[in-house]
Amino acid sequence: MHEHDVEAHGQALEAPATPAPRAAEAPDLGLFRVLRDDGSADPATDPGLSPHVLLRAYREMKRVRLIDTRMMLLQRQGRIHFAGECRGQEATPIATGLVLERDDWVFPALRESAIMLVRGFPLKSYIAQYFGNAGDVLKGRQMPSHMSGRAVNQVAWSSCMATQLPHAVGAAWAAKMRKDRSVVVGFVGDGGTSEPDFHNALNFAGVFKVPCVLVCQNNHWAISVPAAKQTASPTFAVKGRAYGVPSVRVDGNDVLAVHRVVGDAVARARSGGGPTFIECVTYRMGAHSSSDDPTRYRAQEEVDTWAQRDPIVRLRRHLVHRGLLDEAEEGALEDGLMAEIGAAIQEVEALGPPARETLFDDVYAELPWHLAEQRAEVLSSPPQTGSHGGGGH
Amino acid sequence: MTVLRYREAVRAAMIEEMERDERVYLIGEEVGAYQGAYKVSEGMLERFGPKRVIDAPITESGFTGISIGAAMVGLRPIVEYMTWNFSAVAFDQILNNAAKIRQMSGGQLHVPIVLRAPNGSARQVGSQHSHAMEHFYTHVPGLKVLAPATPADAKGLLKAAIRDDDPVLFMESETLYNVKGEVPDDPDFVVPMGQARVAREGKDVSIIAYGRPVHVALEAAALLEKEGIDAEVVDLRSLRPLDEQALVRTVQKTHRAVLTYEGWPYGGVGGEIVDRIQRLAFDELDAPILRVTFRDVPMPYNAKLEQYVLPQPDRIADAVREVLYRKG
Ligand SMILES: Cc1ncc(C[n+]2csc(CCOP(=O)(O)OP(=O)(O)O)c2C)c(N)n1
Ligand SMILES: [Mg+2]
Repeated sequence: MHEHDVEAHGQALEAPATPAPRAAEAPDLGLFRVLRDDGSADPATDPGLSPHVLLRAYREMKRVRLIDTRMMLLQRQGRIHFAGECRGQEATPIATGLVLERDDWVFPALRESAIMLVRGFPLKSYIAQYFGNAGDVLKGRQMPSHMSGRAVNQVAWSSCMATQLPHAVGAAWAAKMRKDRSVVVGFVGDGGTSEPDFHNALNFAGVFKVPCVLVCQNNHWAISVPAAKQTASPTFAVKGRAYGVPSVRVDGNDVLAVHRVVGDAVARARSGGGPTFIECVTYRMGAHSSSDDPTRYRAQEEVDTWAQRDPIVRLRRHLVHRGLLDEAEEGALEDGLMAEIGAAIQEVEALGPPARETLFDDVYAELPWHLAEQRAEVLSSPPQTGSHGGGGH
Repeated sequence: MTVLRYREAVRAAMIEEMERDERVYLIGEEVGAYQGAYKVSEGMLERFGPKRVIDAPITESGFTGISIGAAMVGLRPIVEYMTWNFSAVAFDQILNNAAKIRQMSGGQLHVPIVLRAPNGSARQVGSQHSHAMEHFYTHVPGLKVLAPATPADAKGLLKAAIRDDDPVLFMESETLYNVKGEVPDDPDFVVPMGQARVAREGKDVSIIAYGRPVHVALEAAALLEKEGIDAEVVDLRSLRPLDEQALVRTVQKTHRAVLTYEGWPYGGVGGEIVDRIQRLAFDELDAPILRVTFRDVPMPYNAKLEQYVLPQPDRIADAVREVLYRKG
């Protein structure tokens, strides 16, 4: 990707004069779109989703947005320690969650945690992962933005990033070996594509021809590093070609387009057609995380431009266009979601930390004698009240 | 002397050495436009330009490997990882190339590279961000490993590292970056590798530490002073090469030792120190040597649980009472 192409994405999105490339034309260089700027859907690419699915997508995208907003606030108030947002990128995780079946597996990267909510994971338990307290099925061991749950087949990424991609391919390979019909979706950011495991995953996916969909969320930034400094390829999608993996570049802020492209890829994988690599062109509207201040390295105009392509706004325009949503319904939806999220936070926040003896569980299948000893030592000494073991700040 | 924060001392060392030697460059994630994940390289991109302060694509094995190649043919790279944890992705480059090229080329090639990053516990960043990576690297012949606890040592040792012709791994600590201390201004001030420092004189017991735990050990020493126990705190500063004589000297004086460091209790730097002391000063010891480390589990995220895993002043004080046979 050349430096000027970063800005050029915007033009590609805004130029209604050029017809949107169809999936069959240079799909890894073009940009697959459904939603037009006036809120209508391009009949040539429209997946024809039912009003029910569209409204469900809208509700889920809004829920993620509202959770993110609350969590950033809680972080600033010191009520949780860390948060990372999906803001601006909701279309891809939500559409993916909607197309998957119960037995499918998900290996998210930084910003796709919320897929598990779409797949039925309870909100309270999800919120508890932000607090890492006694309500958390991960027992207070994992950072926020690394949400996971066995109940919904979602595995957290390792903080040392990109290693989830070979796992996704491996899980898909196992499905193929076992001849079950499950499909696996793995995610990576634009920055993550530079890690060796991106190569490993695509190479194995192609060679083993596994039922896997690998998705790159190209949000244009890796902390302060623009995508143009990450790769010299014209697009991320085109990288799939070299591995023999069919690849598509899609407007990642167009939930209908993502639903169609991911849905087709999942269906193909399920029917034995092999892997797909998908680049979702989107934008990180918020900071990298609660520890970041993006005003130091990127222009507000760029953020403002992308705010006009906010995936939630675009879907709302479509729903209004089709007469599926009015202002009163929008208000009621928002109130309902706020109430649901507020109640979950209130209940979860009241819980204490996980019991200290749980520290020694799950290191091994069975508690070895030396950890039993350490557990006894911890339990027999007074509770720790200190801050970070002294020393330094 | 100037009072500098630890991060400023690290920066000052890099700036001085880059001004002194045009072959030195800095590469890593977020070192340029962002001024460093922990603002260590603040102002350096402006000062030296993008040819010498380089934002790399996200691939630790990539920019480590590239820098090893550049070092072999005459450049002197400083590689920053956002944390030492991410060096795991570059482990093969460090273990099989940086450490071995001099020896396996029959001494024809060498790799004058500095790898530096924050190391050890931070706060609530989860286990995959909380490793004490020095234990893995000190095992490797061909590498040098430093872990300064003060701004002066950070500057002096980093300058020594950049001037050194072998690969040097430099362990900083996120929780020390704001610590202030007096730092010599002399551009030729270097702290030689392989020399420990007595951080606090004492006669009853030796608490041996390096990096952040030196400060925890000093807090423990202050607690113990109230009970009339006079603890000496030894700051190793350099883990490989290791200052054996300093270990012998302190044990000759106090006859008891407690080690404290981050990382797990199995093996590691602590096992090495215990071995040296028992081998070189067995007759001086009046008690077994104890170690205060992380608990033997991956670091939890929850703030309360994290406190139980970290070495704490009270845990160190308890160990000291035990080697003094004063435990209730
Ligand atoms: C191996 C490794 N190196 C560096 C980091 C630090 N880091 C965390 S997120 C990030 C940027 C990720 O960018 P991208 O993949 O585009 O994902 P995004 O944040 O944009 O969602 C970096 C460098 C890390 N977590 N792991
Ligand atoms: Mg990105």
